[in-house]
Amino acid sequence: MGGVRVLVGTRKGAFILTSDEQRRDWRVDGPHFAGWEVYHVAGSPADPDRIWAAPSGGWFGQVIQRSDDGGRTWEAVGNDFSYASPAGEHQWYDGTLRPWEFARVWHLEPSPTDPDLVYAGIQDAALFRSVDGGVSWHELAGLREHGSGPQWQPGAGGMCLHTIVLHPTNPDRMTVAISAAGVFRTDDGGTSWRPINQGLLSDGIPSPAADVGHCVHNLAMHPARPDTVYMQKHWDVMRSDDGGEHWREISGNLPSDFGFPIAVHAHEPDTVYVVPITSDSHHFPPEGKLRVYRSRSGGDKWEALTEGLPQQNCYVDVLRDAMAVDTLDDCGVYFGTTGGQVYGSADSGDTWQPIVRDLPPVLSVEVQTL
Amino acid sequence: MTVRVVLPSHLRQLAHCDRELVVDAEATQRGVIDAIEQRYPALRGTIRDPATGRRRPFVRLFACGQDLSHESPDAALPSAVVDGSEPLRIVGAMAGG
Repeated sequence: MGGVRVLVGTRKGAFILTSDEQRRDWRVDGPHFAGWEVYHVAGSPADPDRIWAAPSGGWFGQVIQRSDDGGRTWEAVGNDFSYASPAGEHQWYDGTLRPWEFARVWHLEPSPTDPDLVYAGIQDAALFRSVDGGVSWHELAGLREHGSGPQWQPGAGGMCLHTIVLHPTNPDRMTVAISAAGVFRTDDGGTSWRPINQGLLSDGIPSPAADVGHCVHNLAMHPARPDTVYMQKHWDVMRSDDGGEHWREISGNLPSDFGFPIAVHAHEPDTVYVVPITSDSHHFPPEGKLRVYRSRSGGDKWEALTEGLPQQNCYVDVLRDAMAVDTLDDCGVYFGTTGGQVYGSADSGDTWQPIVRDLPPVLSVEVQTL
Repeated sequence: MTVRVVLPSHLRQLAHCDRELVVDAEATQRGVIDAIEQRYPALRGTIRDPATGRRRPFVRLFACGQDLSHESPDAALPSAVVDGSEPLRIVGAMAGG
């Protein structure tokens, strides 16, 4: 079977959008887990029929569900995310220290090669690993315990580990992002960690160039060039060419360098996508025009992609995990909005069409190329 | 002891079960929830916080027109629940305005 499967997490359930390689006609299945907030749905690259979902809610807590038939049926797997050691304390909004406390799973990152290996980023920020398909979870506590944890503080959405980037060939290297702490990397499979935020400048913290405290919103990497990492920070679009050791700004001519998601073209490591948002207090596109911006030069020079997207009276947001690409020859790009639209482009962003318009607010979008 | 239990829709989705089920359990809140979790592992951690073992704040336990939520988890359930004439209702609290 060819084609694509778009996995959509929303405030009120998960949806699965499927199409053939033409990506013109779509089938919409769902809601799965109706009424649950689904922060993320992710499929295993090693076994596309295996999909994990992370439904949660204020009433009944966090559950993890797994499908082994491409999303047709689901069964519960493990949902015990107990910290591996005394949880310690982190900064709270009022400057006091507050104990680490599990709130929810933000992101699931399946291994590219092992269908039983999957990572979970949670709030309060920590990284968990499962080697049995999600049945049991174990914290990689070296991240939380490496030393800077007491300086971490929550962003507006909570103190969450929301981005996990696995190196494509070196299983010992992982890079994660935490709001509002910054980027951290391990080179020994998750045992030891260090912050890698050199070059980030954040005016909203007391020391703008501090080692930790940066509100990094999302990271993206092309597997063919793993030393190049792109970042959408709270403000500023950034780039590193040494695996995150140093960062430089590539915002260039963007109408706003505030935003949430960032993605890289499947076949062009220098082609990058962002969705500019007006500001941290105005979570909607500048001028009410929903525009994806594409750089074909790895940043600095950006072009607006507007064909098929609303260019007036549009005041939706696009959240950090709500943009993804497929790997078909003509790369498809997809994103979801807080207004419940999921847009897709089958031509690298030149033109867009709404796949579905009236879902609950979209929290995440992932794509499986089948 | 068999106890009738009514589950809210969010939990029925996970357990793939009917609105009302019957469990063999000790006739206490703890006994009933233990039995539910054993029979439906998908519901582990949804009624009680797995870290604390305490009832989740927005989960309520009603029976016989009474709110039993704040009673000891080891207190005996009402006789009408024990004799099967009334179910124990597990309810997602009204919240949200």
